[in-house]
Amino acid sequence: MNFTYLLDPAHWEFGAAGGIPQLILSHLGYTVLALLIGAVIALPVGLYIGHTGRGSFLAINAGNAGRSLPTLGLLMLMVTLLGLGLLPVLIALTVLVVPPILTSAYAGMRSLDQRVIDAARGMGMRPWQVLTRVELPMALPVLFGGFRSAALQVVATATVAASVGLGGLGRLLIDGLAVNDYSRVLAGAIVVAVLAVLVDLFLASIQRWIVSPGLKGTS
Amino acid sequence: MIQYLTNNADTIWLALQEHIVLALLPVLFGFVIAVPLGYLAVRYRWLYQPLINTFGVLYSIPSLALFVFLPVVLGTKVLSPVNIVVALTVYTVALLARTVADGLRSVDPVVVQAATAMGYRPLRRLTGVELPIALPVVLAGLRVATVSNISLVSVGALIGIGGLGQLFTRGFQLFYVEPILVGIILSVLLAGLADLAIVLVQRAVTPWTRAA
Repeated sequence: MNFTYLLDPAHWEFGAAGGIPQLILSHLGYTVLALLIGAVIALPVGLYIGHTGRGSFLAINAGNAGRSLPTLGLLMLMVTLLGLGLLPVLIALTVLVVPPILTSAYAGMRSLDQRVIDAARGMGMRPWQVLTRVELPMALPVLFGGFRSAALQVVATATVAASVGLGGLGRLLIDGLAVNDYSRVLAGAIVVAVLAVLVDLFLASIQRWIVSPGLKGTS
Repeated sequence: MIQYLTNNADTIWLALQEHIVLALLPVLFGFVIAVPLGYLAVRYRWLYQPLINTFGVLYSIPSLALFVFLPVVLGTKVLSPVNIVVALTVYTVALLARTVADGLRSVDPVVVQAATAMGYRPLRRLTGVELPIALPVVLAGLRVATVSNISLVSVGALIGIGGLGQLFTRGFQLFYVEPILVGIILSVLLAGLADLAIVLVQRAVTPWTRAA
């Protein structure tokens, strides 16, 4: 084990092109964008399927179908079709995050106690109020679990962006491998793993903050 | 597409075979390692949380990093398929140990007590009562592990061994869509078939779940 690359202050200079901070930023950039786009696509669909029960087959199988799509192949296909740029990376990573978010949104809505919804309706809530004030808050723990595992996957997988010549922490792995610099590869692996843990901790604290206190005894 | 298929049938067939071996061997190894680990995590309660946390961290290491880094740890050659198999075994164990533990924990303690009262010794009770009851949960985890292994193998192509992933890198280098498409389609088909096979096995070995 050789930590020289990781511990060399020159590689941590802020703003330097190819420096670790800059790679972390671009890595997080891919991650956040893919998660946002994925959530915008998957959340409404998953909530709708969970709410109505229509199309459950799609929601249940989306998870496995999504996992079976090789991200590397999808990325290279997109680059070959669309040319180099941010778009192919975002498409490949979004395809990765949609299934877990969709499945967990569905599972969260399905896990609700039907009596609570009936009670909300009986209290005179309109469908929209039932959705936003009762169903959504109660589905949140399950939903957030799916979102966190999606985030974890993207952080780990965004490294493949470097294989088509783009940035992110995969650069350390690909370039380190190309020049047989294992201390650089090790640095990349460690930084990505630490980043994944930090992102998960961050999301866990958000979860604690937004999940209603009334639900914490049960979740 | 058809022309590509006929011209390169041999290459594709070899890549597919390599892909199957590289993806399924780790599932086998991972399963064999994960069952005792999961059992230990249930038997000794204090082990559960540290084990889950360790595997959580292992799972977040990018596959590419593990593929290139394992040769340094194991002393294997960079181009050795052993690296891929070991890396995917690590992921499989990380995923399965947790499902095995959760599956065993979900067994009704009353059933365990009944088995003990009937004279089952711990090992026989584990293999004859607890594991079969936990099987649906364990097999659900096995499905996830198998499918994600099949899709992860292709990342190995970036270091020169990756079954169908080699079709991706070749297509990418030549700017040629056909091999990439063929690789994706075969990989997805393979994952679907493996998934289906596990579902069929599950139906065959857990007939009682259908009665409910």
